[in-house]
Amino acid sequence: MSPQVFELVLLTIVTASMPLMIAALGELVAERAGVLNLGVEGMMIMGAAIGFAAAYLSGSPFIGALAGIAAGMAMAALFGLLTIGLAINQVAAGLALTIFGVGLSGLLGSDFVGLKREGSPHLYVPGLSDLPLIGKLVFGEDGFVYAGFLLVALAALFLGRSRAGLALRAVGDNPHSAHALGLPVRRTRFLAVLFGGACAGLAGAYLSLAYTPFWSPGMTAGRGWIALALVVFASWRPWRVVLGALLFGGATVLQLHAQAASLGLPGQLMSAVPYLATILALMALSAGTRRNAAAPAALGQTFVAPR
Amino acid sequence: MRIDLEPRAGRSLALDIGAPAGALAFAILLGGIVVWLLGKSPAQAFMVYFVQPLMEGWSLQEVAVKACPLVLIAVGLSFCYRANVWNIGAEGQFVIGGLCGGWLGVVTHGGAGQGAIGGWWIVPAMLLLGALGGALYAMLPALLRVWLGVSEILTSLMLVYIAELGLDYLVRGALRDPKGFNFPQSVTFDDAARLPFLAEGERLHAGVALALLAVAAAAFVFARSRFGFEVRLVGEAPRAARFAGFSDARLTIAVFAISGALAGLAGICEVSGQIGQLVPTISPGYGFTAIIVAFLGRLSPFGILLAGLVLALTYIGGEAAQVALKLPNDMTRAFQGILLMCVLMADAAARYKIRLVSGSGA
Repeated sequence: MSPQVFELVLLTIVTASMPLMIAALGELVAERAGVLNLGVEGMMIMGAAIGFAAAYLSGSPFIGALAGIAAGMAMAALFGLLTIGLAINQVAAGLALTIFGVGLSGLLGSDFVGLKREGSPHLYVPGLSDLPLIGKLVFGEDGFVYAGFLLVALAALFLGRSRAGLALRAVGDNPHSAHALGLPVRRTRFLAVLFGGACAGLAGAYLSLAYTPFWSPGMTAGRGWIALALVVFASWRPWRVVLGALLFGGATVLQLHAQAASLGLPGQLMSAVPYLATILALMALSAGTRRNAAAPAALGQTFVAPR
Repeated sequence: MRIDLEPRAGRSLALDIGAPAGALAFAILLGGIVVWLLGKSPAQAFMVYFVQPLMEGWSLQEVAVKACPLVLIAVGLSFCYRANVWNIGAEGQFVIGGLCGGWLGVVTHGGAGQGAIGGWWIVPAMLLLGALGGALYAMLPALLRVWLGVSEILTSLMLVYIAELGLDYLVRGALRDPKGFNFPQSVTFDDAARLPFLAEGERLHAGVALALLAVAAAAFVFARSRFGFEVRLVGEAPRAARFAGFSDARLTIAVFAISGALAGLAGICEVSGQIGQLVPTISPGYGFTAIIVAFLGRLSPFGILLAGLVLALTYIGGEAAQVALKLPNDMTRAFQGILLMCVLMADAAARYKIRLVSGSGA
């Protein structure tokens, strides 16, 4: 494989892993606060639809990304109202959010099916971007990639090194103790859920603005669910999300290349690779560690303030 | 502003019935607003969705036939959800059930295997294969959860995609009709491999009777059997259940087996009763809609029966609305999502007194 091809493969792996990484990071923060939001797929696809519509109408991918973030946050706010405000079962509410999001995005996006726009601009630093092998990889990505890595770094710092991050983890491990200590449990959880929605919306916008130059119904194709699995795979640690996302992105790209190379394997089998890989990854992880030792202790539990 | 929740002392029958009914009414109202925003007439949409299908005999039968898979799947899911086990992959178990049972329909095509003994055994064997296939497929997430502690939510969902791709592969390959001009579909089944109709010249097939049977059986199990008590106890008071010596693992496997078998049965009923051959897509999302049915029916068998009819109505009405009003099919999806949220909110309202308090707070 020539260096150019090798670099191209690495570039596509980064591109394929970005939506997974960004969405998983947002979900990770929400889960560290004790909220399991199964609506990632729904928030993501709304981000993709709204993001594309806004970018198409305004002509600016930046406005598209912002609109995608806003759509994800609006969906997350709805989820927060249900699970945090009304103490509704998080699994059921998350499923409702996904079903709703998939349907609504199809409705809102129906006018935009088949339209195309140009991809998002890539960074170009004269000299540096032209370096062999790593030039494009480090200095020639689109804005989403840099934003994604920045988000991971900030989330890692926030969760591990800040007082507010400590409070958030306390809320996720034991909301009752946190409440007794005077921490605002429900506000913390709501903000964490909003952050998760913003990330999912951004990840969705990435799909329709940078990954492909168009919108199509159902285009997230289960990526929201894979992002949920990635959080488990990453043992709820931000930097491990990067690793997991690159592995999954790699699997996806490998599958596309294998399909193109026509190895004689059925296309359906190759398409099933990301889903099979998810199950295998969850199995390997659970077999290797003590059972759910890394999970936030109160993950998925609703909290009703004692009176 | 914040929301204060105060637990209600007891549950009243009025709330138990009123809450889902109110949720349905509210969801229809919200759906009407969406239709209005899309520039169509909400009143006309309401007629097409919820009234016209109920006005004629044949469309009433269509509703019952559509409700059949929803009710079968949702009854199974109610076992899982009551026990706090989250099988959200019924769609995949449905597909595998349809595939396993449908395989028999394909290999017995053209009188094969029917010779001296006749074809009477084919339909029962198909139903059995369908239920078995669904149950075995459901064992994957169940055993992974029990043995390795892997979240059943994620594995059961991933298996949906894998089942759909598997069906697609087989229908385009091994199970394709060799004389079908390369269309991705199997041979059409012999009459001996079709579920019988309940009455001559009508649309209702025997699957509808099976769905009613499942409702009655589940109601009996929940009300009268030790197993039903176990399921309820583990869901409502897991600590007490552990003290009572009930095994979490055994129960997880049991409820997954039940829901998988019923979803598989629904799958083969759809394939053998409705479609009559294997095609790449055999479900318009029944497995996911059944989750809504289970919650709208408050996880009780008779509630699920009613809820299944309501959701079937949205499918039939949705198809009609596509033609009459040019409303896209996603409208049905979005409405179903709205409905589930309203149902969950109504549940919360039945459990707590909800008060809006001004000022900020935790």
